[in-house]
Amino acid sequence: MVFGTSASTQRKFRALIADDDPVIQKIHKVLLNKLGFETQVVVNGKEAVDLFRSGAFFNLVLMDMEMPIMDGPQATRELRAMGVKTMIVGVTSRALESEKQAFMGAGLDDCHVKPLSAEIITSLLKKLGKNK
Amino acid sequence: MTSCLWSLENGRAKGKFVADQGIHLKDPLLDYRPMANKGYDANKPTTTMCHQVSQKDVIMRLLFVDGSLYLKGNPAIFHGYLDDQFTQLQKLQDESNPDFVVEVVSLFFEDSEKLLNNLTRALEQQNVDFRQVDAHVHQFKGSSSSIGAMRVKNVCVAFRNNCEAQNHEGSLRCLQQVKYEYSLLKNKLETLFRLEQQILAAGGSIPIME
Repeated sequence: MVFGTSASTQRKFRALIADDDPVIQKIHKVLLNKLGFETQVVVNGKEAVDLFRSGAFFNLVLMDMEMPIMDGPQATRELRAMGVKTMIVGVTSRALESEKQAFMGAGLDDCHVKPLSAEIITSLLKKLGKNK
Repeated sequence: MTSCLWSLENGRAKGKFVADQGIHLKDPLLDYRPMANKGYDANKPTTTMCHQVSQKDVIMRLLFVDGSLYLKGNPAIFHGYLDDQFTQLQKLQDESNPDFVVEVVSLFFEDSEKLLNNLTRALEQQNVDFRQVDAHVHQFKGSSSSIGAMRVKNVCVAFRNNCEAQNHEGSLRCLQQVKYEYSLLKNKLETLFRLEQQILAAGGSIPIME
């Protein structure tokens, strides 16, 4: 699959996985790789924010809601305050609607229960493709 | 001899089988995973053959199609231990990630053992910190549902209710229960992987049934 506007290079989409659960990290990493993403993994919100601050670029962030040091909502708020426009998709094991709404309110583009499925990632890819 | 009705859809074999000795397999759709390029004997007969092997209570079904071997998707589902999420993980396994399922499950085992130790220690304290206990159970619930371990997950749900109610006895009971369910699951998965390894090592020929 080829996405991106560059004529000469086949540029892959880059995704950041922010999650402290090693099982989820692995599942999302393999799933995203299979669907054409390059991936990087961080274990808490602070690492995610630091990466962006250091100038790293991503097309997509999968942000876990609960992480030590800095959680998903806090990291999302900070990224948006920094002016980061990257698509941030919240990932949560909580089913409570109120908590999902609160997380969305921090600045997410979307929010899903983990682990994400191939269908959901494919629909995110389509959205990313449209925005290019 | 076995007979079967089967078809290949998207590289996966699906069908109904009547196994040896006239045992009728009731599963309507048997989704077999291809175990391609694992050194099979290309001289194997091109007729289709279906066999069933078992170790303890884990049953594996094998399908030979044109010299290729297909293994039954997930026998454990039929015993209610693993739900469809596990099947989704199996679908992610392919030639570029040939050991994906074993790797994810191993991560799950490592993580679980740490969590169970933490839970045991936390509940042994004089003054139990239920928020800490709840955090561990939440983590365990998340990772068990991400591999499809539904029985473990269900105990975690009850466990969290006990944490919320700060019920020490109830929490201890749940801990016992979750340890029990976890050890059953671990046993089944280890048997499954061992059986797969034996089948592959035998080059796809049928191992002797115990």
